[in-house]
This record gives sequence, structure tokens and C-alpha cells, in this order.
Amino acid sequence: MSSSQKNKLKNLIFKGFAIACTSVGLIVLVVLLYVVFSQGLSRIDFDFLNNLPSRNAERAGIYTALLGMVWVLVLTVLISFPIGMGAGIYLQEYGKKNFFNNFIEVNISNLAGVPSIIYGILGLELFGRLLGLGNSILAGSLTLSLLILPLIIVSTREAIKAVPPSLREASYGLGATKWQTVWHVVLPSAFGGIMTGLILAISRAIGETAPLIVVGALVYVPFVPESPMDEFTVLPIQIFNWVTRPQAGFVTNAAAAIIILLTFTFMMNGIAVIIRNRYNKRTKF
Amino acid sequence: MELRLLSETDTTKELSFKEVMKLEARNVNLYYGEKHALKNISMGIEANTVTAFIGPSGCGKSTFLRCFNRMNDLIDHVRITGDILIDGRNVYKSKIDVDEHRKKIGMVFQKPNPFPKSIYENVVYGLKINGVRDKHILDETVERSLKQAALWEEVKDDLKKSALSLSGGQQQRLCIARAMAVEPSVILMDEPASALDPISTSKIEDLIYELKSKYTIVIVTHNMQQAARISDKTAFFYLGELIEYNQTVTMFTNPHKEQTQNYITGRFG
Repeated sequence: MSSSQKNKLKNLIFKGFAIACTSVGLIVLVVLLYVVFSQGLSRIDFDFLNNLPSRNAERAGIYTALLGMVWVLVLTVLISFPIGMGAGIYLQEYGKKNFFNNFIEVNISNLAGVPSIIYGILGLELFGRLLGLGNSILAGSLTLSLLILPLIIVSTREAIKAVPPSLREASYGLGATKWQTVWHVVLPSAFGGIMTGLILAISRAIGETAPLIVVGALVYVPFVPESPMDEFTVLPIQIFNWVTRPQAGFVTNAAAAIIILLTFTFMMNGIAVIIRNRYNKRTKF
Repeated sequence: MELRLLSETDTTKELSFKEVMKLEARNVNLYYGEKHALKNISMGIEANTVTAFIGPSGCGKSTFLRCFNRMNDLIDHVRITGDILIDGRNVYKSKIDVDEHRKKIGMVFQKPNPFPKSIYENVVYGLKINGVRDKHILDETVERSLKQAALWEEVKDDLKKSALSLSGGQQQRLCIARAMAVEPSVILMDEPASALDPISTSKIEDLIYELKSKYTIVIVTHNMQQAARISDKTAFFYLGELIEYNQTVTMFTNPHKEQTQNYITGRFG
């Protein structure tokens, strides 16, 4: 075999290997979707979305879990978005390059890698016990906010970093203050990236179970939460509860709830992609 | 031409007796960290003239230009000594409000950098951040500035269009209009035509020539012919030093320093 044939063969083998690697992820997703959909799709109807949980698998629904999830997510966004964006802006626009700021930067990246259950323990101690919020929606939201703050800060910074310095110079050159430059020029240009980061962070928060279990989200909530101080459950916990039951009916319920949860996550990711594309088009520099 | 050459020594003497220059630098030194980027530069620039800064890349001409509106403040680890004066007032005195100061000095950059907003919003940006909300004033400013920048006829029908949809040359004229909208008395231009095609370049040059009557213009350029065409005086920088500063005619026909001669004739740089 000549050396050129050898090289071609190597080329082919590597291509095959790369394709195989890509397929692994894809196949796993397809199998997962197939199993879940074949079990749960027929179970989804209006009653399933609108019923309270029940001991009877046929009558049980995810209404309280859905509402609990909406409550938790809305509060989480309201808490984490302004703080995360503010911190990101400070670090990127105001922070000088010194030891203190480098220290903060490194640790924010570290925080993004901390296992979520640790946040749960922190949330339980800090919000649940110390601040006396108990196992309320607010305690859960605060905990999830802590969890996704590093993600929001990092993505805000990246989005702001991508705004060309020449735009800032143009603004300063016209006599704008730092705040005016950030507000009128930097943030509008970085908005697409910031929103994308936020939505991806939220879709992570949707799926989180561990920290909320530690904080004390209930597994059985037969009432609709009406204020941030109410007790609550969310979809992942409802699913967790159902799959631990021995009856076959609850497994079907779990599969159906997983479909709803996946739909939410996919929708969020889809919106993130749409926003990113739209803003990329509008602000090609 | 002959006459001007002969009387050149007299005019420089006259200049030094003028009490207030529009812009003045006194013993300016600038350091990027350890690097000594500007070495003891002193020069005066008269009102309503065009002054060209020439010199090879990295000689400090852009850096020096940016001293006048304190743009170097935005870069970390920059240290400046000496005085920069505009209308006889020191701009590096701590009491000066940098943002207010920059309003008096318009700046046009090498690459056109319109904001990703409409043409209209680009021009009125400087006014809006100063709290001007009167639609009447804003409209008038847009028309006046765009006319001054020779862009009005091309864009007057769709001012709401995104500035990014304009061509490079149009974008640069928009940036000039934006700088003029706040009515500065000085306009600094950092290689304003280097990213443009020859036709756009000649439009910008015509524009600079016309703007001279209202503004004091300082322009950094790599294009020697451009400096010769549009400027009244030319300053040659090399390795952070001001080598020679004189009437443009003198600089290009009878430079006093050998380095200037070499650079202008293309022997280096």
C-alpha cells in the first residue's frame, strides 16, 4: 500500500469515527424520546394538565406542579436577571484588571461548576431556616437564582465583550458618560446574547430537582399556590414521585409529564435560538 | 508659492507670539506601562486650520491625537505628563469634566463605527444624551449635520433606515455628521479615509476642506498625498517624537530635517 493510499484510509477511518461519535448522542436522544412518547403520549389530555394530583393514577394530573413551576420560574427570573446582568456589566465595563476582580471572576466560573445539591443545602440553611422562608416558593426561587446566577453573569459578560470597542469609543467621543454608553450602546448591542444566556439558564432551572427537594418542595400538593410564601411542587419532583410508585399507571403518568417538561425545555431553547439569530442579523458590526 | 516659502520663517515667529492657540500641547509624555510612547511633544494648532499628522505605523500619531479628547483615559496603564490645552484651558486638570470636555471635540475614527440604530438616531445621539428632546431641534440638527457632511441628498428619504445598511463611505460621512451634531469646535480624525475606496475618499477630503471654515481639524493619515492636498500644516512623527512641524508646503517641498525628507520621499516607513 502506498503512503498516499494509507493516508486516504486513515482519513476515511477518522471520518467514520467522528460520525460514530456524533451518532451516539443522537441515538440516545431518539431512543429516549421514543420510549417516553410511546408510553406517555396517549395519556396527555386536557384533564391531565388540569387535574390535581391524586392517589388514583387515572385521575391524577399535573396542574399544581405546572403552576408551581411557573411561579418558581417567574420569581427566579425576576430575582436572578437584574442581579446577574448588573454583576456582568460591572465585571466587564467597570471592573479594573486587579487581583480582587480576577479573584471574583475565577470564583464565578467555579460557582457554575458546583453541584446543584450543594446550592440546595445552602438555600435550606440560608433562606429556609435563617431567613425563615421555610419551604416556600420564594425560598425555592432564591435557591434556583443562586444556581443560575453564575451562568447569567458569564453569558452577560461574553455578550458585552462581543460589542466592538469602536462603538464605545464613538459614544465616549460624543461626550457620553459610562452609564449612557452602557445603556444606549452596549446593552442594546449585547441584548441578543444576554437574552440567549438568560433563557438557557432558565431551561437549566426548569430541570433542576435536587436543590428544590433539599429546600423542601413537597411531592404531594393538592392545592394551587397563590402567593410566593405558599408551599409548592414542580414538574421534575412530580415526575420523581411518580416513577418511585410501583403501580404501572403512575409510570405512564411520569412519561406523560416528562413529555410536557421536555416540550417546555425545547421551546425555551428554540426561543433562545430565534432571539440570537434575529439580533445577530440586526447587529452585524 | 515662492512668496510663501520665503516668508515662512516670519510666520512661525508670528505664531509663537499669538497668545492663545486653539489646541496646544506642552511637553507631553505618554507611557503605556513601561513603554515611552510619546516623547516630550510640544506644538500649537491654530483655529480653523487643517493639521495633518504623518509618520510610520506605531510612531505615536494616533496616540497623540487621542490625548486631545482624553480618549487614552479609556485604556488601562496609560500615564500622561505635561499639559494639553484647548482654548488655553488645561484638559488634564482633574477639575475638568471629561465628558463635558469631549462634547467640544468631535472624533471620527479609522473604521466607520455607526451605532446599530437608524440614521436619524445616530445623528441625534449626542444631543439625546444631553437631554435634548425637542423634536423640532432634533429634526433641524439632523438636516443641518447631514447637509454639512454631504450625505443629506443620499439619505433624506429614509432616515429611519438602519445606519448599517449604508455603504462604507456613507457610514463614514454619517459618523462625521454625528460628530458635528453636537457642534464641537475641534474635529479629530484618525485615518478617516483609510478603509474607503478612492471615490468615497475624495468626498471625505472635499468635506474636510469645506469644514475648515467652521472647525479646527486635526487629521492622522498614512496617505502623504492626502496630507499634501488637504492640510495647512503638517507634523511628522517618528518613534514617539515630533520630528518636524511646519507649513505643509514647506514640509513637502523643502523639509528641514533629513528624516522628514526620507519619509516623504518614501525611503522608509
